[in-house]
Amino acid sequence: MHELDPLKESPSQTAGPYVHIGCMPNSIGNHGIFEEDLGARMVNEDTKGERITVRGRIYDGTGTALKDAMIEIWQADSNGLFNSPSDTRGEADPNFAGWGRQPVEPETGEFVFETIKPASVPAPRGRTQAPHISFWIVARGINVGLNTRMYFPEEEAANAADPVLGSIEHRSRVATLIANREGSTYTFDIHIQGENETVFLDI
Amino acid sequence: MTSNKVEQGAFYPRDHEWQPKAYTPWYRTSILRSPQKPLLRLDSTISEITGPVFGHNILGQLDDDLTLNYAKNGESALGERIVVHGRVLDERGKGVSNALIEVWQANAGGRYRHKKDAYLAPLDPNFGGCGRTITDVDGYYAFRTIKPGPYPWPNGVNDWRPAHIHFSLFGAGFAQRLITQMYFEGDPHIGLCPIVNTIKDDAAIDQLTAKLDMNNTIPMDARAYRFDIVLRGRRSTKFDNRLEGN
Ligand SMILES: [Fe+2]
Repeated sequence: MHELDPLKESPSQTAGPYVHIGCMPNSIGNHGIFEEDLGARMVNEDTKGERITVRGRIYDGTGTALKDAMIEIWQADSNGLFNSPSDTRGEADPNFAGWGRQPVEPETGEFVFETIKPASVPAPRGRTQAPHISFWIVARGINVGLNTRMYFPEEEAANAADPVLGSIEHRSRVATLIANREGSTYTFDIHIQGENETVFLDI
Repeated sequence: MTSNKVEQGAFYPRDHEWQPKAYTPWYRTSILRSPQKPLLRLDSTISEITGPVFGHNILGQLDDDLTLNYAKNGESALGERIVVHGRVLDERGKGVSNALIEVWQANAGGRYRHKKDAYLAPLDPNFGGCGRTITDVDGYYAFRTIKPGPYPWPNGVNDWRPAHIHFSLFGAGFAQRLITQMYFEGDPHIGLCPIVNTIKDDAAIDQLTAKLDMNNTIPMDARAYRFDIVLRGRRSTKFDNRLEGN
């Protein structure tokens, strides 16, 4: 029972409108402190795997795109391995950290990640998770960062067997986690509220 | 208390009574930016128990000194000089080593170096307002800065933020990712702030309130504030299903 543990997780507070200053200073022209914004570049020429672009917008309850959000993504490499000490199954691609961070564009609200398509990864009890990218979204007005996942539309069979997608009670909402594909570009729009509210995860 | 063994246990569920709710209408921006449907509770999979790691090699020499890291011509930032220090722990009380901490804040007058901040208070040419550090093997961290000023913000007609420093933290797993704010002991604005008051429990607010730490104050230089941060704890894997599922 975790009541026996002595401490409680520190409460979250909103990232506020100025998150760029601390996490992506170069993106707002605050140069000279950090050489490069962390997570801005995910792939280099030696990264293995199929290059993809992931883009989209985050909409509030009026259907307006957020202009001040920050998004982080986390994913497996092209062999389904995570570049993390907690993944002990094998050595992930050293040219792929699997983590990216981007602001939304301040005029249009669009985010863009240049990454690779991840392979599927294991799930508990011998099952398999379909290829997916984990998303974490913070912004002014968001008290606790929002977690969700993006899945790939061409992975129909894998998606049908995915335990997370399978646990969504209202089947019509599964579509909110599946991107639209055009060639190598995937569009993943996130709706915080409303009719098409994205399924957010309590991970 | 510290172990270098790789941990793979599932994280304890987040306590949503302790954490702020998404919909907190007195903090007006949350009204349209809060999910209205329940979150889908997910047992940790390998996607959540893993997370990015950052080496100490990413750190520049002045990354943890906001009084100097934007200063020019041998000058330093204006304001009350302070050291903020403490430990990053998990809910079991274990130090979290190699945790990247990023901080950002307003200057001593309450003004941010950001094109969207139009507050009357002037910018300090020697203050950028950001810094970062990585915890040591015991989860300990420290950085040097100046005490930020309170500032007004559009919410109610006369809302002011207490002096605060924004903190971003990475643990070992993506599910531990946390952004929060640090307040200063004794600030009368804490109790008045709609953002602070998204947290219901006074003990939880106290957890975000740094304490003056005279024992670690550097005489004739800077006062110290102690601020410990707790990330989610995780189950021991001893009796766990192997998350790899093989
Ligand atoms: Fe702030």
